[in-house]
Amino acid sequence: MIGDGAHIEFIAWAYVGVAVLTVALVAYVVWDSVRVDARLKALDKAGIRRRSDESKR
Amino acid sequence: MSVDTVKQPNWFSRLAHPGQFLAWSRYLIWPLAIATGLSFAIGLWFAFFNSPEDYQMGDMVRVMYVHVPNAWLSQLVYGVMAVSALGTLVWRHPLADVANKAAAPLGAVFTALALYTGSLWGRPTWGTFWEWDGRMTSTLVLLLIYLGIIALWRAFDDQLKAGRIIAIVTLVGALNIPVIKFSVDWWNTLHQPASVFTKDGPKMPGSILTPLLVMMLAFTLLFALLQVVRMRTEILRRRAETLSRQAALQGVAK
Repeated sequence: MIGDGAHIEFIAWAYVGVAVLTVALVAYVVWDSVRVDARLKALDKAGIRRRSDESKR
Repeated sequence: MSVDTVKQPNWFSRLAHPGQFLAWSRYLIWPLAIATGLSFAIGLWFAFFNSPEDYQMGDMVRVMYVHVPNAWLSQLVYGVMAVSALGTLVWRHPLADVANKAAAPLGAVFTALALYTGSLWGRPTWGTFWEWDGRMTSTLVLLLIYLGIIALWRAFDDQLKAGRIIAIVTLVGALNIPVIKFSVDWWNTLHQPASVFTKDGPKMPGSILTPLLVMMLAFTLLFALLQVVRMRTEILRRRAETLSRQAALQGVAK
């Protein structure tokens, strides 16, 4: 089990830095995906869609 | 020609078709997300509560559980991009440049984290945050290559043309990967030699190797999950851009 001895601040900064950047990366990937989905939906709403999608309708 | 004599695409070509990829990859997202979350939970429990202190480094060994997985991914992701570059140049694979573009920011973040955690590990163990030695310098070069590739993707409007140019840049940059791997053998360096992937197997006790391998699995699953989501996003983005262009052209024609 982790102790509270020397260098604990280096361990804490390492894990906090990794957590912050990893969460930011996941958030960016999700945000980008949602943004592109919304753009496609807006195009579809405006009647702009692929011919292959129209043939399915 | 009868229908029977028409050559059918093989399974790989069918899987690689962007439309097919969108269809089957959606079923990967939730299983990958759950496996990633579970692996992180188990790995972090091991790292903080079920891993002994190292006899030399003490508790600083716990930094290894986040440093080594990010260092491993910094090179693995570049390997994925190099294979994608071959796919673009040799086979003109429709998903190859999508995979390259999707992976570049992920690789950049993992490399930045490897450098960040490495410098935090280095200060108490070596007495310095940074040293211009072979391993650290070649990893910094890798980060710059990632950033260069991201910038190149953003610089081109024509993504197919960009894909071919970036594939060449990616393959040239791949020369840096063996330099990173063997830098600790070729030059005198502060960085310790390889201790996980060696000819004779890992050089560490099971009580430290287990949390390390679980954390490596967790980060690798995270990369797989983010790569699938980013590839899907990139395919849909290209579809949206094509539709927007077609709509603009039709507007002009009217």
